[in-house]
Amino acid sequence: MACFAAPAAVAIVTIIVQRVVKKKEEKEGAGSAQQHARILGKWTKRLRWLNTMLWGGVILLAFEHIWHGEVVPWPPFLTAVETPGEVGPMLREILTYGLTMTLVILVAWGILVGIAEFAERRVGAQSPTDAENTEIGGGA
Amino acid sequence: MWLLITAFAAVLVTTLWYMSPPADKYRLGFLSLIYWGATLMWLVDHVMAYAQEGGAFFEIDARATGLGVSVLILGLVVWLIRLIIADPKRITKAILGSRER
Repeated sequence: MACFAAPAAVAIVTIIVQRVVKKKEEKEGAGSAQQHARILGKWTKRLRWLNTMLWGGVILLAFEHIWHGEVVPWPPFLTAVETPGEVGPMLREILTYGLTMTLVILVAWGILVGIAEFAERRVGAQSPTDAENTEIGGGA
Repeated sequence: MWLLITAFAAVLVTTLWYMSPPADKYRLGFLSLIYWGATLMWLVDHVMAYAQEGGAFFEIDARATGLGVSVLILGLVVWLIRLIIADPKRITKAILGSRER
């Protein structure tokens, strides 16, 4: 019905978090050139992976809901709101399905960050400069 | 069916991303994350619906296939917009620059 509303709400928060972290990293990276290269964008990039997964999922799920006629382009946008007795199940679906979806995305992102951190440390032990270039998710 | 199609696209694009140079010039990492995000969300949706309501796990018919293909195209469109904005080969810039002159 509208399960994508929960990840969408979280994605709005994580976009704000990403902006704050970016500003913080830019401030911290104002030191030496090497320190700047290491710090700048590390968590901004990682939060961008999370945001891409969340927004990507939300956009494609919203399309699926439009396809199934559960979301319409005119107010109140959700057909369940207009149907008597459907508001309760819709809210329950947002809370159960939506929150579980968000949780699964967060866990997947956590695994991704864990792998990136592990790879960075492993490469860093071999060559400190190579560690700075290690990245997962590319320009995502 | 759309879950299967999106999951297949996610695996395929991730493989292409892995085989591409580390710089990820064409932002394949971005496309793979879009498809993985949707795949995981639909997987949760399918598992929970199956656990609560039962029935068939996958909807395999022409309509569901149509939705799967449409979802793939939408993901590609989002990626293409991002790619044109990033303009890694500076093609858009060159075209716009030549028109201005």
